[in-house]
This record gives sequence, structure tokens and C-alpha cells, in this order.
Amino acid sequence: MTRSVRRTRTLQVAGAGAAALLALSACSSSDDSSDGSSSPSAGASGASKLSGTVTVFAAASLKESFTTLGKEFEQQHPGTKVSFNFGGSDTLAASITSGAPADVFAAASTKTMKIVTDKGDAAGTPATFVRNQLEIATLPGNPDKISSLKDLTKSGLKVVLCDKTVPCGAAAQKALDASGLKLTPVSYEQDVKSALTKVELKEADAAVVYKTDVHAAGDKVEGVEFPESAKAVNDYPIALLKDAHNAEAAKAFIALVQSAEGQKVLNQAGFLKP
Amino acid sequence: MTHIDETPTGVRAEDVPGDGLDARLVVARGAFRLDVALTARPGEVVALLGPNGAGKTTALRALAGLSPLTGGHLRLDGAELDRTPPEARPVGVVFQDYLLFPHLSALDNVAFGPRCQGATKAEARAQAAEWLARMGLADHAGAKPRRLSGGQAQRVALARALATRPRLLLLDEPLAALDARTRLEVRAQLRRHLAEFEAVAVLVTHDPLDAMVLADRLVVVEHGRVVQEGAPADIARRPRTDYIAQLVGLNLYRGQAEGHRVRLEAGPAVATTEELSGPAFVAFPPSAVTLYRDRPAGSSARNLWRCEVAGLETHGDQIRADLTGELALAADLTTVAAAELDLHPGAEVWATVKATQTHAYPA
Amino acid sequence: MKTVARADEAGAVTPQRGSRRRRAVPGVPLPLLVPALVGLAFLLLPLLALLIRAPWRDLPDQLTSTAVWQALQLSLVSATAATAVSLVLGVPLAWLLARTDFPGRGVVRALVTLPLVLPPVVGGVALLLALGRNGVVGQWLDSWFGITLPFTTAGVVVAEAFVAMPFLVISVEGTLRAADPRYEEAATTLGASRFTAFRRVTLPLIAPGIAAGAVLAWARALGEFGATITFAGNFPGRTQTMPLAVYLALQDDPAAAIALSLVLLAVSIAVLAGLRDRWMTASS
Repeated sequence: MTRSVRRTRTLQVAGAGAAALLALSACSSSDDSSDGSSSPSAGASGASKLSGTVTVFAAASLKESFTTLGKEFEQQHPGTKVSFNFGGSDTLAASITSGAPADVFAAASTKTMKIVTDKGDAAGTPATFVRNQLEIATLPGNPDKISSLKDLTKSGLKVVLCDKTVPCGAAAQKALDASGLKLTPVSYEQDVKSALTKVELKEADAAVVYKTDVHAAGDKVEGVEFPESAKAVNDYPIALLKDAHNAEAAKAFIALVQSAEGQKVLNQAGFLKP
Repeated sequence: MTHIDETPTGVRAEDVPGDGLDARLVVARGAFRLDVALTARPGEVVALLGPNGAGKTTALRALAGLSPLTGGHLRLDGAELDRTPPEARPVGVVFQDYLLFPHLSALDNVAFGPRCQGATKAEARAQAAEWLARMGLADHAGAKPRRLSGGQAQRVALARALATRPRLLLLDEPLAALDARTRLEVRAQLRRHLAEFEAVAVLVTHDPLDAMVLADRLVVVEHGRVVQEGAPADIARRPRTDYIAQLVGLNLYRGQAEGHRVRLEAGPAVATTEELSGPAFVAFPPSAVTLYRDRPAGSSARNLWRCEVAGLETHGDQIRADLTGELALAADLTTVAAAELDLHPGAEVWATVKATQTHAYPA
Repeated sequence: MKTVARADEAGAVTPQRGSRRRRAVPGVPLPLLVPALVGLAFLLLPLLALLIRAPWRDLPDQLTSTAVWQALQLSLVSATAATAVSLVLGVPLAWLLARTDFPGRGVVRALVTLPLVLPPVVGGVALLLALGRNGVVGQWLDSWFGITLPFTTAGVVVAEAFVAMPFLVISVEGTLRAADPRYEEAATTLGASRFTAFRRVTLPLIAPGIAAGAVLAWARALGEFGATITFAGNFPGRTQTMPLAVYLALQDDPAAAIALSLVLLAVSIAVLAGLRDRWMTASS
């Protein structure tokens, strides 16, 4: 069973090949210059010691803030390059356990991170660096006057949820269950971005998505907070991977994410402090 | 084909206004311009004869409505047809390669026209069966076109065109797709069916023999123009262009040349003065033929054939004899000579032609 | 005596013919044979791997779940409906492209093939922009007729037809171009209108091409994922076709995904093989 799972996943990973090549070509030089005992702090003092490419596999919802942080990292450490692979946390986890070369994994749920740690592919214990809360995305101006999770069950309202197999869907279900609500959406979307797109294109009246996604969508949707979301907060864990080719730079990147500076960027994107 | 007792009258459609075909076909396509006046009375068979590229097929397509006229007019039995779409014209077409619908049986091919004209399936099939029977194809009603021989397919195509009861029947090179042996047979049958046909028939061919055998009147087209028209014999006697002289006024055969002989597809060999090899034409004028009632004993002619008189045509004091047998040929002789020989259809004669009077050239 | 000799000859000729036919495969030139076999292996190996690694033990459980049958049924129904839509609209379109001459026909032909190169997800978004509740045309469908396509089975059919129809159009157009247009002319001289000529003559003549195109379109529609999930969303029993179910199962239960894929494979092989026997052999 387990074996078959791993093998199948290997097939999907072909897309990560480009990232793999980048990582491989960068690793030889970085290994020589890395100083194993140096502190993983992102202080400017350690900057000169780092080089090469850091490959980060990160949940799609982290795209905007991590891209900003990546640029910042490259500025702080000239000679380094941060290469991202954003995607669904499950897909990324599957890639990593199938041997995709990555240095850092930032997941959108502890469940997906567990896939990686269970396989022993993470180095050390993952740390929660941010939390994400659900929010209702409505059409601009909230024409349907949605103010609570219960309002979504109104008949005639077209609501989309994420599929239960992806974190935002699992979280939404958790919130609905906690409030004892039964909601029949028009669609269970394959990821949070598609759910949001349906509202952006006005095909759906509302979607239950992450606060960060509402934030990223700007004025194309309007966010409605709901108290039940507190019961389904998503922890975002980050971990250094065992097979990291550029562990030092990777550690420095993780430190940047966890630093006050990093938290500020993430906060601006709508993430909550851990 | 006209015989002695029914000399071609040369009656034109103008003589009987509103009946038959009265057309002036103008089709301009790029540098090519067709401008042909064509008239025919009901029951008349007109052959459009001309070399390849003369515009014969264009004229035929214009008559059928498959190519638009750029000028002129087209009247059939008094009705203007210029702007009538092909499906609404009372015109039947036998295409060169027949274009029988390969997915339909012979019966359903013939029933197609009546069906389109509103007959029920049963009616259409009954009519089709009748037509096939008339063509001697009752046994092949259920056969798909690819199972038919060339001659059978030609007859099915004719039946299919006739089943719509057209007032104008168009035949595009009706015998061109057939091998030489079938051709003779089918030509004779086609001639019979055309003779029975009561409306106008226009046939397009580049083969003067087909034209002469099948048509009452020839319209010779070259470079999109009519260069001569009239009864076959008249044209044969008084050709106005080299093309006509070469093709219409001569007995013309195709065969394989072997030195001073041309072995004909039709059967015998013709001795010639030219020395050739490979596919060749051999031709001689009808006047070069000498006829004997009995096999000539001391004749120096090397070409001697046993023939049968199929028809006779008088033109003033001349008679042209249409001969079949070992070799199909036309022979010209005086009325006096014809009387002396007691020529009549079915009579057996010996025909000779001197090699010096033949002309052979590569095909 | 002579008759006997002839019979012997005939007897000797037949096996010779048979052996000549059998020798045809080794006669294939090596530069063709090698890439051909590599190509075959390349196409079959992933499928083989799917079979080898399939969770055979769990398969009975997977196959008895109603969710699977629901998705399968929806897939078959919507792919067939999409093929029907493609036939009704695509065959006349192919005829137009092959048989008429109008300005910009080359451009139109290129546009028709556009869904082939468009990433299906983009196609789905394009469909939303056109036929969605707020789309260019969709808003009128919604306000005038109360028809909304997204999130409905009809939406699945629309998305699948959008992606599958070009296959049919290209296939039929090619067949039409190869077919002799003079048969249509012959039909019109027999009194058939152009439509009757098309229906009674052209259509039967190009039937094999239409069948091939329909099979291609059906197969494409059956495997359609991107445009469907983008335009019609994903709801079990209504818009969740097999590929969508497979994709989502892959997120947390790859074994189930493989099982679903096997079902889809088996059904499509059965249907395509069945159609082949019926149509292709009948037409040849």
C-alpha cells in the first residue's frame, strides 16, 4: 500500500524537475562555503557566508508574502537565490516524500506537514510560523448582506467551498460542524484560489476562504469575518528538510520568516501570529 | 444517327419557339471566356465536340446550373433557367465517371431523383426498378456501384439521370471511362436509348466517333467558341478548321504501332507508310475506302476488312456508308457506286484502304 | 491429369500467400520499427505501471462505493452529451469550412482549433467569462431565460464540448476535403437541395470520418478535467466527473485515485473497442 502510494507520487513530480536542476547546480559551491556551526539567525553578520540557491516549497496561500520575503532575503544575502515552488500543500508534500529536491517546506496545515515528518523527510521539528483564519468572501459591497456563517445557508445563495480534501475545505467543514450548520454549496473547489475566482467572476455569491486570500484579492471581493472561524484556525508549519542541499541558507530563510520583519510582511498579507 | 430515309432536317429551336433548348452560354473565368450559342429541338441529340480545354465541360456545367453564367441566357421549353438552382432545373446529367453514390444500391441510385421530386420511397423504387429493367439491369438492382462493370455503371448512371424525366439530358464524355471493347457495345446501347429520348440531349465529347454515332448535330467548340455546327456528315465533308478536318473528316483509330503496322484496339491491324512504335493514331479519309461486294482477288491494297453496312447517309450525290465488322469505318462513295454494289443496311462488303492513304502518328 | 496438377498448384499457392503475409512484420525497415516500438512502450508503460501498482486489495471496496458509480455515470452521460453537441454543431461547421469559400476562412479554421492549444483551465475561465452568470452572453441567458450554466451538469457538457469539438471538426473537415464534392453536385442535378444532398449523400460518404471524429471527441470529453472543474465546479453527482474525482482523491487518498483511474480506463477501453468493432469495421 505505502509503496504504491510513493511510486504514484513520483510520477507527478516531473514538474518539479526544473527546480531540482537549479538546486543541484547550486549545491556544490554552497556546501564548501557553509559554516556548519553558525547560528541560523538572519542577522546581517552572517550574510556574507551564505550563497547558492534555497529551494522553498510553500503553500499557494503564501505566494505573495513569501515572494516579498524571498526578495528581501536575496538582498540581505547577496549571492543567494530563493527559488519557490508554490502549490497545494498536499501536492507539495507528495513531491517531497517522492524525493523532490527541496530545502524548506512551508505547509498550510499540520496535516500535510505530518505527511513529510512521518516519512522522516524533515530535519527537526516543524515550527508554526503563522496561522490563517477563514473568512467569507462575498461580492464587492456584499449585496446579499452576508454577516455570518449561518447566512450562507440561505436558499438561492450560491456558495462555493473548498473540497474537503484540501485544507481550506477541511477547515470550513470544521467550522460548519462546530456551529451545527448544514451547507450545500454549488461546488467543492479543488483549491482555495479557484473558490475565490468563482466569487471574483461573480459566478458564486460567496466562498469560504482564508483571510489572506480575501486580502490578496483586493477590492474584487469583500471579506466578512465570522466568529466560528476561531474554531478552525489553520496552523502553518515550516520545516527544514532532511535532504536540503543548502541547509545553511535554508535555515537563514526560515529564521527570516520567523523574525519580526518576516512576521510583519505576513501580517500585512492577513496572516495571524502563531 | 440518321439513315437514308430520315435525312437530318436541320430544324433549329428557333423554328418552334418555346420548345427545346435555346441558350447562349457566357462564362468568363480568368483569361478563359466561353461564349457558345446552343439550340436544340426536343428529340434532338446535340454533341459538343472539341479538344480538351475548349470549354465543353464548362458549357455543360453551365447548362446544369453547377457553374453560374456570367452572361447570355438559358431557356428550356420557354422557361428561363439562368437563375434557377441546379436542383430545380429539369436537367439530368450523366457524369463522365458516373458519380454513382457508392453507399446506395443501383436501385436506390436510380430512385434518388424521384425521391427528391417528392415520390414516396415505394413509388421511387418502383420507378427505379422499371428504369433498370429497361436498361437490362434488373438483375443488378441490389448491387452497390463498385460491384458493377463499367458498362453497367454507365447504364445505371443513364437510368438515374432519365428517372427524373428531364427535359434536357446532359452527358459528359459518356464513353470515356470505358475500355475499347465495352465502349462499342455501350455506344450502341446509348444510341438506342438516346433515340428513344423525347427531350433535348446534349453530349460532350472529344471523340469524333462518339459524336458522330450518337448525335444528330455537332457543335464544334474550340477556345470557348463555336467554330462549326451542323449534321455530322456535313461537318465531315466541309470541315472549317484543321481540328475538325483532322478529327471529323477522317476515320480515326487508336492502337499500338509496330513498324509499318498499327494494331488497333478494335481488332485488326492497319498497314501504314509511317514507321512507328508504341501507342498511335491511324487515320484515313472516308473517300480513301474502296468497297467490294466480294473479296477482291488481285487488289494491291494491304488493308482489307470484311464489314457489314450499319447505315447509309446521302449527301447530294455522295453516300457515306457506316460500316461495322472487322473494323468500324466510314466510306464515301457515289450514289451510282452504291447502287451497283446494292448497299443496304446489313449487307456484307469488303473494304480496302491503301497504306499510302493512311496517316499514322503517335498518340 | 491436368486438373490434378492444377489442384496441386492451387494447393501450393495458398500457404505461400499466407506465409508472405506473416513475413510482412519483419519486412518493416528498422528505422521505422525501432521508434515505433519505443513509442508504443512509451505510451503503454505508464498505464502498465498503473496496473502494477494498483491497490488490488482495496479495489472491491472502491468499486462498490456509490460515489465512484455516480462520477462514472456522470462522466459517461456528459461525455456522450458533449459528443452529441459536437456532432450537431461540429459537422455543419466542418462542412462550412470544407465546402464553402468565404473571406477569412483560414482564420476561422485556425480559431476553431484554438481550444486544442488553449490550456483547458483557461478555456474554463473563458467559458465563465462568456457563459457564466455574469458573462458576456451568460448574463442574458440568466436574466431572460433564468439559465445559468456554471455548477450544473449542462455546464459540464458545455465545457467538455468546448474542448472536444475541435477534434471532431478537424477530423470531419479532413474527411470532407478528401471526399469528392461532385457527388453533391450529382445529387443536386437529381433534384436534391444542398441540404438533402448533404444529408443523403455526403453524410453517408463521410460517415467513417464522422465516427472517428466522434470517438476522438468522446474520449477527449471523457478525460476532460481543467475546463470542467473551472467552468462547472465540482459537486458530487452533478458536476463531479471521474477526472475530477480522481484529481481530488489524489489529494488525500492516492490509492483511491488509482482505483478510480482504472475504472475510467476499463470503461473507456470497453466502449472504444466496442465502437471500433461496430463502426470502423463496418465502414471499411
